[in-house]
Amino acid sequence: MSQVTPERPWLNPELVLNLKLVVVVIVSLVIMLLDHRTVYLQPVRGALATLVYPLQLAIRFPVDAGQRLHHLWIDQQALIHENQRLRHQQLLLSAQVQRLSSLEVENRRLRTLLDSAAQMRERVLIAELLTVDSDPYRHRILLNRGQVQGVKVGQPLLDQRGVVGQIVYANPLNSTAILITDPNHALPIQVNRNGLRTLAVGTGDYRRLQLPYVPNNYDVQVGDLLITSGMGGRFPHGHPVGVVTSVEFDPGSPFARIEAYPTAQLDRIREVLILDLVGYPVRDAIIDDPH
Amino acid sequence: MLWISQPGSWVIILTLAAGFILDSLPMPPWVQPFKPDWLALILIYWCMALPHRVGIATGWLLGLLVDSGQGVLLGQHALVYGIWAFCAIKGYRQVRLFPIWQQALIILLFLMAGRLLLSWIDGVMGYPPTDWWFFAPALSGALLWPIILIALRDVRRHYRIE
Repeated sequence: MSQVTPERPWLNPELVLNLKLVVVVIVSLVIMLLDHRTVYLQPVRGALATLVYPLQLAIRFPVDAGQRLHHLWIDQQALIHENQRLRHQQLLLSAQVQRLSSLEVENRRLRTLLDSAAQMRERVLIAELLTVDSDPYRHRILLNRGQVQGVKVGQPLLDQRGVVGQIVYANPLNSTAILITDPNHALPIQVNRNGLRTLAVGTGDYRRLQLPYVPNNYDVQVGDLLITSGMGGRFPHGHPVGVVTSVEFDPGSPFARIEAYPTAQLDRIREVLILDLVGYPVRDAIIDDPH
Repeated sequence: MLWISQPGSWVIILTLAAGFILDSLPMPPWVQPFKPDWLALILIYWCMALPHRVGIATGWLLGLLVDSGQGVLLGQHALVYGIWAFCAIKGYRQVRLFPIWQQALIILLFLMAGRLLLSWIDGVMGYPPTDWWFFAPALSGALLWPIILIALRDVRRHYRIE
């Protein structure tokens, strides 16, 4: 592109090349700074991400085709078995949900009595995993749902066992999420047994979380269930996060060394639930309560 | 870009798209650290073969696409791909004459420099590299260079892209 045309002999190609490099370096640095500090570049990111989305779908094509073939050839007996199993499971779950919904109504009534401020209502969206970040230390995943389907930055992700992560970039057709095991992610949690509040920080290992800010004299035991505390305002209260696997009291440091195992199967998730939290005042809740 | 209307551009775009797909293909965990920068290798090839058509601007734009596709800081791959394109164009006259294994060595240097820059940016963003594995893609990339070079040269000659 930097070829000198005979009409412009004063343009030295070497000089043009060097100038281009300088421009590229400066523009890139400015973009990086803007992207890190502000949200102004979000539309640009969204447009570019939509441009490459077909390529990312192309990567999935062989996998999808394989699955479809598998579905085509799966034998009837297996299908009947699976159907039966799912039917039983659904019966079980719906029985549990029946109890839950009456509990929820009761909970809400008690909260009104206590004059508790706001209650959250949740809607869920199921998203499929498209790709995992190729950098093994950066635990980020690409999901096949975006702004068009109602995904917003900061929405929490769950799987059937616990908290998975949260959305960091919402593009028009897809979105990027950070997992709770990413070294840059911290999650406000609570020990289910005694309500002790602290943070769970990612380690870069899919099967390990750290609790670096628990003082030595606090009561945390191996096997304790950790749940979200709802403190940061991003994750609703009460979803399982992990189970404590090791507690070491180090007399030389003010904090204990505590590690936990995430309950969500972060290294083998294929589908996640994106929670859409709609905060609303309790009084309205009572009025449009269907129960 | 100006060169899009020129004959053979679709071949260049297709190979670059293939590079992008290869880069984000899921791999078993033990292969993952050695995954070469396919797109970078293909970009460097085209920069060396057709420096008047594929250059810094192309590299920069590709890098931006990679950034948004991977959901990382916008501009980090753009910077590195731009620099890779610059290195390739700056050195193509000499490097093209080298025997293939010497070319692979030069490519190794290019890739390592780019990897180092990427790891610096990651470090600033809170993902400091904890070991030396982040150089592994440069090594596998250099080993792949002969294959890329021969394959793409055949493609270029077959479609007579000038």
